[in-house]
Amino acid sequence: MSLELAANDGVIPTEHALAQSPLALRGMTVSYGQTPVVFSVDMTVTEGAMTAIIGPNGAGKSTLLKAALGIVTPLAGQVSVFGRPLASERHRIAYVPQRASVDWDFPTRVIDVVLMGLYRELGLLRRIRGQHRAKAMACLERVGMVDFADRQIGQLSGGQQQRVFLARALAQEADLYLLDEPFAGVDAATEKAIIDVLKSLKQDGKTIVAVHHDLATVADYFDRVFLINTRKIAEGTVAEAFTPENLDRTYGGRLATGQIDQLDLVAV
Amino acid sequence: MLWDALTLQLGYNATLVTIGAALLGVSAGVTGTFLYLRKRALVSDAISHATLPGVALAFIVMVALGADGRSLPGLLLGAAVSSWIGLLCVNWLTARTRLAEDAAIGAVLSVFFGFGIVLLTVIQTMTAGRAAGLEGFLLGSTAGMLFNDAVVIAVGGAVTLALVVALRRPMGLVAFDPEFAAASGVNVRRIDLAIMGLALAVTVVGLKVVGLVLIVAMLIIPPVTARFWTDRTDKMAVISGACGGAAAWIGAAISATAPSLPTGPIIVLTSFALFLLSLLLAPNRGLLAVGMRHRRFQRRVHMRQGLLALAQGQPIFERFTLTLLRRAGLAHADGVATEDGKARAAKALRDETRWQVVRADQAFESAAALYDGLRDIETVLTNDQIDEIDRRIGNPKGVAT
Repeated sequence: MSLELAANDGVIPTEHALAQSPLALRGMTVSYGQTPVVFSVDMTVTEGAMTAIIGPNGAGKSTLLKAALGIVTPLAGQVSVFGRPLASERHRIAYVPQRASVDWDFPTRVIDVVLMGLYRELGLLRRIRGQHRAKAMACLERVGMVDFADRQIGQLSGGQQQRVFLARALAQEADLYLLDEPFAGVDAATEKAIIDVLKSLKQDGKTIVAVHHDLATVADYFDRVFLINTRKIAEGTVAEAFTPENLDRTYGGRLATGQIDQLDLVAV
Repeated sequence: MLWDALTLQLGYNATLVTIGAALLGVSAGVTGTFLYLRKRALVSDAISHATLPGVALAFIVMVALGADGRSLPGLLLGAAVSSWIGLLCVNWLTARTRLAEDAAIGAVLSVFFGFGIVLLTVIQTMTAGRAAGLEGFLLGSTAGMLFNDAVVIAVGGAVTLALVVALRRPMGLVAFDPEFAAASGVNVRRIDLAIMGLALAVTVVGLKVVGLVLIVAMLIIPPVTARFWTDRTDKMAVISGACGGAAAWIGAAISATAPSLPTGPIIVLTSFALFLLSLLLAPNRGLLAVGMRHRRFQRRVHMRQGLLALAQGQPIFERFTLTLLRRAGLAHADGVATEDGKARAAKALRDETRWQVVRADQAFESAAALYDGLRDIETVLTNDQIDEIDRRIGNPKGVAT
């Protein structure tokens, strides 16, 4: 068993680091039916950093995020958020699900979606007031979508939908942002808008974890990587862990050598 | 006669039925909105059919205890318990087995309904004559409605409505984005059960009026109707409630005008009539509006293509394009541009160039999002902005703007 878990980058986090970490997973195992999608994964997210979760399709990247948030129930494993149980620290987490996970013909406007980010603040019955609308508009401003506030969400392009989802996460005013493929299928302008917002969050000391597909932009966008293919392959800074060997092990030789060479990796 | 019925002047029983049905219609419409948005509309069919064994068993138990088997609260309690069990069965089958929800609904619906029919038959042989009225739960029977029955319906409908209003926010959140809701700490399973539990409450309360076979219509048709008129969840719930209430009021009134018109089915048909009107006439989403928009759009496309072809001296092959240009006085029958046509064509080409600048520049992003190859650029940008773009393009000769 310990051999399975040895796929670490050699750095064993101290108890102190664990207690401080915005998100720490221990022995996380999730299965759909009899097939484990995520198996015995440990993860220690570094505070104030931007971390990319990387792996091939079906490697359990999204599932790992969902298990961390309690959206899917893990078979085994523990989650701690800022050193405390998930339930008591939920308000410090913002989540951006995959864009394709909702029906965009739903009868709601852009501003209403952003207001959903204030659900904890509003609760069941509190009225939505000017101050709440102002906050939602400020979040739309940050992603450049103010002009779209009153549009029905079905009229948005894919990139605009993604920005609205990001605005909703901003409204949650969290310390830890978990994003599931925020750059999937968006236009270049949106990609830039999103990365600008994420970088400004990082400057404010927030922690960002994103499932990421595009290997070419990893080094530009992120500080740290977490490589996964059902099991954890590696975890560390881009220089430490984003290496050809680790990528080869993550993708099981499915990446052509040329593809890896093109990534212009720092450490070999 | 119909006017008398609509204004509640057709006697005590008719008035009772009309008011009771309308209250039921409002709460069914509002509750159904969330069921529909959660894409669980058909679950209500399983819920309603699963009431039958409960009604029959409640009757048997009450008679065995020496009470009046036809007591409405007792029968409805039995209906609620058995349909709750049916609902849990659907949920369990969907979550724990490989059965998809549609198959689970079909299985639960038919088994519970079959069992209910068996029990009804048993009751008829067991205590002949006394069971009269239980069949009324199949298709609804309002003929012998008592004041107490109306009170049960009114109170049940009002409580359901109040709960929907209280839970509208988490229900809307779960219906739109269950994963985000779960991540925000909403117990999605519990909210789902609440949505379906409220639909169950409406079903049970409405059994007497429209019957278990048709109650589904009161939960589904009003929200579908309302969806045509609005793009907002809260407004949709209100419109749906209004449609449900109006259909029930009018339907009950119509059925009161003649002894041979059954209340439940007439309410459903009235509701359907509202749906049909909305389907055809609603602005934006109605068929007529969609058709007209399509035709207008097609004309604009042809017009624009024609103008760009004129500007670039290309021949126009499509008869429809040429007809449009000729009717607008922009081209002659042989496809040669008139003076007017030349000016408009040059403008179209110029706009196209301007749009390219707009789309290439981050600063114009929200304007660029409106680009569809058809829009006149001055409907999107101010004159100052257009001047600035023109400075960047430079001023080609021979272009009149």
